[in-house]
Amino acid sequence: MADHDAISATRNTIDISGGNALVRFLKATELDTRLLGMIGALLLIWVGFHILSGGLFITPRNLWNLSVQTASIAVMATGMVLVIVTRNIDLSVGSALGFVGMVMGVVQVEVLPGILGFGHPFIWVITLAVGIVIGALIGAAQGSIIAYLKVPAFIVTLGGFLVWRGAAWWVTSGRTVAPLDPTFQLMGGGPDGAIGFAASWAFAAVACIGIGAYLYYARVQRKRFNFPLRPIWAEAALAAMGCGVVIAAVAVFNAYPWPTRIAARYAEANGIPVPEGGLFISHGIAIPVLMAIGVGVVMTFLSTRTRFGRYVFAMGGNPEAAELAGINTRWVTVKIFMLMGALVAIASSIATARLNASTNALGTLDELYVIAAAVIGGTSLGGGVGTIVGAMMGALVMQSLQSGMVLMGLDSPLQSIVVGLVLVFAVWLDTLYRNRAQ
Amino acid sequence: MTQAAVATAAVTPLVELSDISIAFGGIHAVDRASIDLYPGEVVGLLGHNGAGKSTLIKILSGAYKRDSGTIRIDGEEATINNPRDAKAYGIETIYQTLAVADNVDAAANLFLGRELVTALGTLDDVAMEAKAREVMGRLNPNFRRFKEPVKALSGGQRQSVAIARAILFNARVLIMDEPTAALGPQETKQVGDLITQLKSEGIGIFLISHDIHDVFDLADRVCVMKNGQVVGTAKTDDVTKDEVLGMIILGKCPPGAVPGPGAMRE
Repeated sequence: MADHDAISATRNTIDISGGNALVRFLKATELDTRLLGMIGALLLIWVGFHILSGGLFITPRNLWNLSVQTASIAVMATGMVLVIVTRNIDLSVGSALGFVGMVMGVVQVEVLPGILGFGHPFIWVITLAVGIVIGALIGAAQGSIIAYLKVPAFIVTLGGFLVWRGAAWWVTSGRTVAPLDPTFQLMGGGPDGAIGFAASWAFAAVACIGIGAYLYYARVQRKRFNFPLRPIWAEAALAAMGCGVVIAAVAVFNAYPWPTRIAARYAEANGIPVPEGGLFISHGIAIPVLMAIGVGVVMTFLSTRTRFGRYVFAMGGNPEAAELAGINTRWVTVKIFMLMGALVAIASSIATARLNASTNALGTLDELYVIAAAVIGGTSLGGGVGTIVGAMMGALVMQSLQSGMVLMGLDSPLQSIVVGLVLVFAVWLDTLYRNRAQ
Repeated sequence: MTQAAVATAAVTPLVELSDISIAFGGIHAVDRASIDLYPGEVVGLLGHNGAGKSTLIKILSGAYKRDSGTIRIDGEEATINNPRDAKAYGIETIYQTLAVADNVDAAANLFLGRELVTALGTLDDVAMEAKAREVMGRLNPNFRRFKEPVKALSGGQRQSVAIARAILFNARVLIMDEPTAALGPQETKQVGDLITQLKSEGIGIFLISHDIHDVFDLADRVCVMKNGQVVGTAKTDDVTKDEVLGMIILGKCPPGAVPGPGAMRE
């Protein structure tokens, strides 16, 4: 044991020798260079569009809208990561989103008000619960066919793509359900669907404390077993960067005021005097964005800190090894698809609430955007590789491209062409990166 | 211990496979094969490619389900329908393909399917890494790459990960399918030393190989298979390499061996 301790003592900080300042910094912080690359690409896209659109892109208003527009796809992309990591695919998410949205629309507009009374505060939560259960059942059905009957996921979910789109029409024979429950609508964003100035800063404070606590806990754990530690300055730099991003985002969201007319109406209703130049009421963080962040945190936890997540990645790396290690791979597959279905329901509530209507065409082409987001975010179609954060960043990249092209006034056919080319280009870059890393 | 007690202990094999058969679409991959293994013994399983060695052993490890025959562990009939059942009996397998998940690190592979969890039910990665460092330190003191995915490791390092996983959970029976096929001379010697060490701890080992020299160096007994049938079983001291080669190629059972159903009839 004495000699074991001697080895540990000489190795209690990470070896950061060699290379230039940047290499040493990356080694010391153990940051994922791939993720940094994506952040760099995102900033490049933002600055590029800012210049091309004549200064319209990097504004509080656009960035706030961008965050809301990204939420629905980002939520589904987190689940798609696990699906793709296990070498499966889910082509049915867009159609399932439409179907679940229609059911939730009928439940909150035509069923629950009759039982609970119109505008009852529990309508939204019951509706969401119904949606999540239906989403999970859809996933369970598709997942069981894939895992136990051994039909390829591509075929099963291609079938689901047609089935659920048809089913979405069937719910009301194609009739649009609108308007939705007022509380449910808050999940779609808008001036009411954001948490405001003070709560946003409170959120930032909690998030920063969380980042600090996480880094501290990880360090204590590593110390306990005498593992190599990061230098203190690297820990401080990580904490500063994490908190910096949170604070910058909240500052931007708080810099976007309510539209003047809504603010004026609010002031009148509450007897607040309107100052010269209009009343400035901050939006703050939008509720759908908070939901997406929550989903991201939970999914990251699931995929990295639980047995389930470990099995998902092991199955993706070597399905045979996972099976031989005694993992019940079929049941894990079913669970992955159930989780995907539940996430589709959450995404569907965001999408329907944002539109303030359930339509049977909602979510058309979403499956492709979700898959593209996951793949741009570094999820390998070969299986075994992918991160939740990456996929959410991928969703943001996709939405930034679309939003930027709208601001530039590009025709919509041209937008599709650009998005398609970018997808292929991004995956090619990723292939290059992986080949070099090996 | 009285003489009688020693004798009884010695005649109860750790593992007893009797009359095992399995067919894949009309092909008898394994046909009425019987083989046994005693504690602290190394039994070499020899034969050509396609002789049925790996198939037979996959039945013991739960990867395949037998059509007929019985498996006894410590003299009692055992139910082995999947890899989880086999592990519950202390049967661990190191497959020819190593069966490691390439994309996760050594500790994750060691504990795959049997992860250590914290009081809250989350993965206790730090504890697993600590245990992995301890076990790997015993097997391969030069191993340092705990944070990297297994695909970044050399063949020998991957082999040590696979072996460490097998012995981590107190295996009683170890099945090694071509353990040295992908290794250099230095690493082959390491595996040999390891087998000797495990044997001294009372672990029974099935060693599958088509390298006859390897087997003669390490095994106490050899069992030769041909066309899915057992040609014969012999103590390595009682037969020569040429005789064993004759068993493998011709199915001819020498006088020093106990003939099986696959032995060539004169």
